Amino acid sequence: MSKLTPLRDAVADLVHNGDCVYAAGFTHLIPFAAGHEIIRQRKRDLVLARATPDLVYDQLVAAGCARKVIFSYAGNPGVGSLRIMRAEIEAGHLEWEEFSHFSMITRLTAGAAGLPFLPMNPTGAGDLERVNPAFRRVKDPYSDGEVVTVPALNPDVAIVHVQRADAEGNCHLWGIVGEQKEAAFASARVIVTAEEIVEAAVIRSDPNRTIIPGLAVTAVCHVPHCAHPSYTQGYYDRDNAFYLDWDRISADPERVRAWLDEWVYGVQDRDEYWQKLGAEVHARLKVEPLWSEPVNYGRY
Amino acid sequence: MADITYTPSELMTVNAARLLRDGDVVFVGVGLPNLACNLARRTHAPHLVMIYEAGVIGAQPARLPLSIGDPTLVSGALSVCSMYEIFAFYLQRGYVTVGFMGGAQIDRYGNVSATVIGDYRHPKVRLPGSGGSMEIAAFADRCYFLTPHQKRRFPEKCDFRTSAGFLDGRASRQALGLRGSGPAAVVTDLGLLEPNEDGELVLTAIHPGVQADQARQNTGWELRVAPQLTATAAPTDEELSILRQFDPDRIYLSSTG
Repeated sequence: MSKLTPLRDAVADLVHNGDCVYAAGFTHLIPFAAGHEIIRQRKRDLVLARATPDLVYDQLVAAGCARKVIFSYAGNPGVGSLRIMRAEIEAGHLEWEEFSHFSMITRLTAGAAGLPFLPMNPTGAGDLERVNPAFRRVKDPYSDGEVVTVPALNPDVAIVHVQRADAEGNCHLWGIVGEQKEAAFASARVIVTAEEIVEAAVIRSDPNRTIIPGLAVTAVCHVPHCAHPSYTQGYYDRDNAFYLDWDRISADPERVRAWLDEWVYGVQDRDEYWQKLGAEVHARLKVEPLWSEPVNYGRY
Repeated sequence: MADITYTPSELMTVNAARLLRDGDVVFVGVGLPNLACNLARRTHAPHLVMIYEAGVIGAQPARLPLSIGDPTLVSGALSVCSMYEIFAFYLQRGYVTVGFMGGAQIDRYGNVSATVIGDYRHPKVRLPGSGGSMEIAAFADRCYFLTPHQKRRFPEKCDFRTSAGFLDGRASRQALGLRGSGPAAVVTDLGLLEPNEDGELVLTAIHPGVQADQARQNTGWELRVAPQLTATAAPTDEELSILRQFDPDRIYLSSTG
């Protein structure tokens, strides 16, 4: 059964005020277009979970969509701070819950596996454990040792961007696969955005690359260039210039408002946004192909 | 030699690269650690394996990545895996020999704060947070840090321990039985700090033209000087030219730290 849905409808139907949202992707495949659609639809009181909130959550916080953030590294990768999130936290306007990358991903893995929690080896650095009661210590039942545990994270909705999907939501993705699979399996509802919608035969030609199966997916949206200013491996480059620009834009609330007006509220959808970026940006982000060797699955 | 000029960042990066051994498996942080690994791989450590927390193993970046999730790390890499796998199978399981990080604050016993300066709930400065560092510092065989030598970056004791050095002394880390052996060196723009038998960071080397007193004055505790204080060799032409190829726009290397 086809799950093809316009992104606008998927966000309207599947993202509710107050939801815990996990927009996945470690630097790669960050679904910015979905974040912008959430802003346009003025969703409120969201709990935004991501290991690296990145600019997409800075923008959602700036637009007033968030009640709380759950994260493990709240920086602008390679540039500096996420100024808006940081200011809102410092001002007491935004709740937060903080982990390390490993503990954050372990929470998601527990959620994806249907477990109540998962253990990790202790790190000796007690302070994050001390300030965040989600970290617990339990005795290893098989030895005298102790392990640190973190509870499962089961978001209400995951948003995952992929290179290609079929209409039923079977997804091929490659490059940095971060925590996409865990986010999809852990969440109650899953919105997939895809650069390309392909025939099921394309997916079946390379089943090892199907990181997320359609049975875990609620809606499939065809959204080319969804990840900009993040990137899609093999399709377009990361817009590092924008990451540097955001550091300046986000320093001034007036400029942030103007930017949201122009680039989010002022456009209908991702296609309009991409056209508005213009030929120069398109050319700058263009990437030369580098193909892998085909693999032989054999006819049996 | 005297006519070779270099920035403090270049000096730190070259000295950091020299600490890496051929065959090391390095969990690489962005920025200068990344440059240092690339330099080591092009000079004395051709079999260095670079691992990035995004899940990339054996990266051979063709350009300098701004972020540690850059697509150039993937194209031509040995393997790409999930974040859970990189932290659980590679790091926690014990395949990483070197953790290589920056650090906002490093204290007398090599504990690091990357979370806050001041009180956690009402911080003076809110920093980005742990990222991978809490587990890297615990599980990598040995750890190196790269940070400019400033008093505010070297407090007697960190307000918040994001990652463990030797805690309150070498014995307190050993008592926990962590698999990693802890900080092995801190490279600054003035010299090298290394832990003594108690796990206290002491000045073991100074860069050309630096006096031990400069390091003492820029450290937040009574910095001891090792009995056999050595001098580092100035960066060579070869080291500098390779380094600059990786950062032609001098994004990282021009800074004074």
